Amino acid sequence: MFSLEGLTAMIQNWLAANFNPTMVLVLQCVIVILLAITLFAVLGLVLVLMERKVAAHIQIRLGPNRVGPGGMFQTVADTLKLIMKEGLTPDKADKLLFNLAPFVVMMVGMLLLAPIAFAKNFQIWDLNIGVLYISSISSLSVIGILMAGWASNNKYSLLGAMRSGAQIVSYELSAGFAVLSIIVFTGSLQITDIINSQENGWWLFKGHIPAIISFVIFIIAVTAETNRAPFDLAEAESELTAGFHTEYSGMRFALFFLAEYINIFIVCAIGATLFLGGWMPLHIGHWGGFNHLMDYIPSSVWFMGKTFFLIFLIMWFRWTFPRLRVDQLLDLEWKYLLPISLFNLLLATVIAIYGWHF
Amino acid sequence: MTNEAIKEFITAILPTASFDETGEWLNIQIESTQLLTLAKALREGETNMNYLFCLTCVDWKTHLTMVYHFSSIQHRNSIVVKANLDRNQPSIETLSFIWRTAEFHEREVFEMFGVQFENHPDLRKLILEDEFKGFPLRKDFEDPINMIKL
Amino acid sequence: MIQETEIIKDTTHLGDEGEMVINMGPQHPATHGVLHLVVTLNGETIKKIEPHLGYIHRSIEKMCESLTYRQFIYVTSRMDYLSSHINNLGCALLIEKGMQIEVPERAKYVRVILSELTRIASHELWLGAMAMDLGAFTPFFYAFREREMITDIMEDTCGARLTMNYIVPGGLMYDIHPDFQKKVKAFIAQFKSKVTEYEDLVTNNIIFQSRTKGVGILSAEDAISYGCTGPVARASGVSCDIRKLFPYEVYDKVEFDEVIETAGDSFARYIVRVKEMNQSIRIIEQLIDNIPEGEFVGKTKNVLKLPKGEFYTRVETARGEFGVYIVSEGGTTPHRIKFRSPGFSNLSALNHMAAGSKIGDLMATMGTLDLVIPDIDR
Repeated sequence: MFSLEGLTAMIQNWLAANFNPTMVLVLQCVIVILLAITLFAVLGLVLVLMERKVAAHIQIRLGPNRVGPGGMFQTVADTLKLIMKEGLTPDKADKLLFNLAPFVVMMVGMLLLAPIAFAKNFQIWDLNIGVLYISSISSLSVIGILMAGWASNNKYSLLGAMRSGAQIVSYELSAGFAVLSIIVFTGSLQITDIINSQENGWWLFKGHIPAIISFVIFIIAVTAETNRAPFDLAEAESELTAGFHTEYSGMRFALFFLAEYINIFIVCAIGATLFLGGWMPLHIGHWGGFNHLMDYIPSSVWFMGKTFFLIFLIMWFRWTFPRLRVDQLLDLEWKYLLPISLFNLLLATVIAIYGWHF
Repeated sequence: MTNEAIKEFITAILPTASFDETGEWLNIQIESTQLLTLAKALREGETNMNYLFCLTCVDWKTHLTMVYHFSSIQHRNSIVVKANLDRNQPSIETLSFIWRTAEFHEREVFEMFGVQFENHPDLRKLILEDEFKGFPLRKDFEDPINMIKL
Repeated sequence: MIQETEIIKDTTHLGDEGEMVINMGPQHPATHGVLHLVVTLNGETIKKIEPHLGYIHRSIEKMCESLTYRQFIYVTSRMDYLSSHINNLGCALLIEKGMQIEVPERAKYVRVILSELTRIASHELWLGAMAMDLGAFTPFFYAFREREMITDIMEDTCGARLTMNYIVPGGLMYDIHPDFQKKVKAFIAQFKSKVTEYEDLVTNNIIFQSRTKGVGILSAEDAISYGCTGPVARASGVSCDIRKLFPYEVYDKVEFDEVIETAGDSFARYIVRVKEMNQSIRIIEQLIDNIPEGEFVGKTKNVLKLPKGEFYTRVETARGEFGVYIVSEGGTTPHRIKFRSPGFSNLSALNHMAAGSKIGDLMATMGTLDLVIPDIDR
């Protein structure tokens, strides 16, 4: 059956046979860069369309269905439109920071693509502190947001950016603790180790109570971190302002817009890797026959399926719940989620030490 | 409360008030200077008129008349109080300290008819622009551009 | 004549040190209609709200002084466009009262059914818009699904979907569509099955409850003093439903409850309106099968002239008490018309309700006031 790891081995061998080692390395870097950018673009297209279709069906309507069969090329049309729009810079804005902000946010997204395992042996960089790398790089996106809000020279953008920043920084704590409780089970920060340890079952099922609590907290925390409803106060249209990206138009706005959807993909990918086994098929204990059957489905399909399921969940939230007020949002984090996640971490540690998980 | 009881109550406070029962409700005609005493008595007295539901002005070509519609929730009846004003210097006491709804209504009557409300907390134009000249709802308001005479 | 400029207060001083003055509107996604609010903020807390009206002032009262008694009724459809049947009914009732016109029973039944359908349609739109203000985008589409059924019924019977000029002094303009009863019954069946959806999606949602409970409290004395009527006053415990206190048409023959809550906050106003929709369905159910046969309009002269005197009628619209006050000199046009609009008084209570709360609460409060600005500006 189709397998991506064979493909990488084939390309590696062909390159090694035809070029000297430095050239091989350079060419591999070029290929990876091209693939990453293509993945970005394709993911952006697919996710924006998915959001619109999911929203439409929840709202008993059809969504885009004219541009291309089933509305497939809608996002292409939207991107073309955004590219052709005039990119206005406000009068006294700080030009360097204003132009740099969308790129900072995009860079964070691209850097986070590195440790994610899309299929078996199909990972850009399998470093030994994978999870720590992910947590720390994702914190850098706050800088981009604050830069955008400050450089716009608009007091409402600044207010929106500061609120966004406060929200992201608070919810990172809970997300971090949720991730930590799985690390306690696996004992390693390396992504490959984490996935391999789920060979006899996903951590969501093996880790029973603490894993389920962590999963719920993780989903809530990443919805808040990516500024999605019900935590999208910073960009709420019916409140005062459109948030930190009020003053952006044209291509720069497109980059922010794209970066938001890529962020959703990345955090769902991390969630799928840690809790749902990444590219590991559904194995139950040591049921040989069942496990062998599940192995027939390619690992990339497993990974994409799980990630898109979580993305659908997060999109479902947006169109169901009303928005939280800013003080209720921060209350939720500091008074409820943080104590629960601390306690959960303790529980997970105890269970891991005594081996009471499956 | 019956109309008779209300008439007795009001005559006790204002002997010069005149009554008119041809319409649906009891109409009371008073002087513009007596309005505040009557209003306070109606609100706090046994009539319990706690709802001021309509406050407006009518322009008879010789004079203006302020019309107040009161209603009592407990007794479920309504009365109408009218006061005539001089066309050139229309001025009357404000009722916004007794019924808060009078604030907006009196602002509207001020801009449409030019009636001054003494002691009003914030008397300025409500619906028209600040630079608007003239009092539109008066009968002698002329606007050659916007008003078409058939 | 006293110069008006001498008395205008200094409107340039808008805020003290440390306060921010911002404009909401007149074009704003949350203020439904062109309402300009000048909000004085201290940090996140609101100190004062001042509405600036007049963006849709069309001088209706002056205009009606040159319209005949048959013509002025339909101007009221454009005032509160979500309760157009009820407004027209108020004007028609006043003329019938003034000229002693007999209205046949068939017309009375149909007028009441149309009024209640209009009330449900108005509350549906309010529900969708308010949920959208708070960030829940989906109930808007669900509410409009039911509202579409009502506007389809209106289109068949009255010919228009929004400003339905159908009620004349004396009865109806023409007879009802033959499918009227069937469609209304289909609508009732659909509505009853969907009302549980609203319960689950909005009313029982804990986020929605925490954003509306305890927000924008209006006590009963303040509601009376500010002249608030309709669901705003009923949510504070004031019993003021005109259909119960001063019944008109056939409201004294049908059974329905007046919905009163005592909390006075936004959630109470929300509950009052949702329950009112259920009560309207109850009224329609009692009337739809029993529409009597007969004439649909009483005998009137072609040219209507109200006798000399003053007349006042009040009806219960979706927003509160709508009053029409006519001073007539005996001619074919009124000498003075005053429309007592419910939104005008409800809006004056906004400053009292929202001062001291946060900006996020302002949306919840304004959403539950259910303001329609053309009604206020006339």
